[in-house]
Amino acid sequence: MNPAYRRYHPRWHRERMPIFWWLRKAAYARFILRELTSVGVAYAVVLLVIQAHMLGLGPDAYARFVAWLRSPVVAGLHGALLLALLFHTLTWLHLAPRAMVVRLGGRRVPDTVVLAGHYAAWLGASAFVAWALLA
Amino acid sequence: MPQTVILDVRRYRPEDETAPTWQRYEVPFRPEWMVLDALNHIKDHLDGTLSFRWSCRMGVCGSCGMMVNGEPALTCATYLENLLPGPVRVEPLRGFPVIRDLVGDLTDFLTKLQRVTPWIVREDGREGPEGEYLQTPDQLAAFRPYAMCINCMLCYAACPIYELEPAFLGPAAIALAQRYNLDSRDEGGDARMDELSQHDGIWACTFVGECSAVCPKHVDPAGAIQRAKLEAATAWVADLVLPRGAR
Amino acid sequence: MRRPRSGEPALWLLFSAGGTLSALFLPALVAILWVGPGFVGTPSPAHGTLAAAAGGLVGRAFLSVLVVLALFHWAHRFRYTLYDGLQLYHLNQLIAVLTYGVATALSLAAVAIVWT
Repeated sequence: MNPAYRRYHPRWHRERMPIFWWLRKAAYARFILRELTSVGVAYAVVLLVIQAHMLGLGPDAYARFVAWLRSPVVAGLHGALLLALLFHTLTWLHLAPRAMVVRLGGRRVPDTVVLAGHYAAWLGASAFVAWALLA
Repeated sequence: MPQTVILDVRRYRPEDETAPTWQRYEVPFRPEWMVLDALNHIKDHLDGTLSFRWSCRMGVCGSCGMMVNGEPALTCATYLENLLPGPVRVEPLRGFPVIRDLVGDLTDFLTKLQRVTPWIVREDGREGPEGEYLQTPDQLAAFRPYAMCINCMLCYAACPIYELEPAFLGPAAIALAQRYNLDSRDEGGDARMDELSQHDGIWACTFVGECSAVCPKHVDPAGAIQRAKLEAATAWVADLVLPRGAR
Repeated sequence: MRRPRSGEPALWLLFSAGGTLSALFLPALVAILWVGPGFVGTPSPAHGTLAAAAGGLVGRAFLSVLVVLALFHWAHRFRYTLYDGLQLYHLNQLIAVLTYGVATALSLAAVAIVWT
């Protein structure tokens, strides 16, 4: 079917959708912010690869990279980045149980249990990262 | 408690005007009144030309959905008292063409609902067991929330994707598809998935979640859609590994 | 009357995997590697430890998988945000090509860097 087709009723009124429709409701604005965290995700992984590259170039190159990390503007940017990533993580973990309804023995596993499982996974993953980088 | 409350109602009379206008009414305030009672007072005593839909006045028929102060709501279930001091803005449900005043055209939804075959489908017209189908409480619980839908269309009014892309199947239609997919008596899931797993079906949804937030019957259409996505993805992987023709 | 199904599930699976991995691993990585040293002043992991972690087979594999999936997560999500957020439907093809194209290009570059 043609998605642009509109039934021919010239007197029916159709409201236009403004460009900034997402500013109309707080829930919509939160949604757009949530989606934009993906930009933070992309930036973070690209910088991780760059950091890996700097590692490979030797201690001097790496020290310059760390010094760059310490500069105020960059540090501030990364602080904001961490907040964005936490927003991504928290919203992702809370929305996932809505998609994965697990039925065990005929009963639906409560959302809180699935959510607790997600938080446990997050804790485990973070602990693994900490061990890998700091041990 | 005030004596009266102001209602700002969106009017549209296509014979007389080319665009909607606002009209202000002052209505007596009673603590037990819903917005629907105020609208009926307007129609009975102040302005008989106001057009709007309503029926059961108790939140089960789904007729009286409108935008109240910018949010989709059942006017028979929204207390005036909670909206004080007013003025209370009443507009037709978003996302649908407006025929007149507060009445929208819902044909689009009805067409889409038909597309998802909202009835029990048995393979090759095979009859069920002798007598009745047997279903355990757990099997009923699997689809019951999605069967609670009263087709009030509040979810479509809350969904920005539906407003942006009118071809989108929409929350209620997909929730109702899931109501049958998850019903143990049904065998039509495969055919329904062909309708659902389309660009204007489940894949247009970006999980804004407002549909579930406004649903008066706690159907959780957003959850139904995400589950459908997971099922579609699983079916797609299964198809790669073992094509449907070979199964 | 049966319509052929959309190929979207493949992209959605990439998006979901990328979203899950980035949600689980990125906050800790960013906190320890960048926010700690930059903001709070905690010492940056020593060059030796980090080189060992990132240079080993497991480290390289982990980083490759994380980067590729996260980039495709971004591509899918950003594509829909542009499409719906700015109502750029007429540019649908272009946006799809740009987002997935950039993700693919960056992924190839990343894997090349990580494995050499």
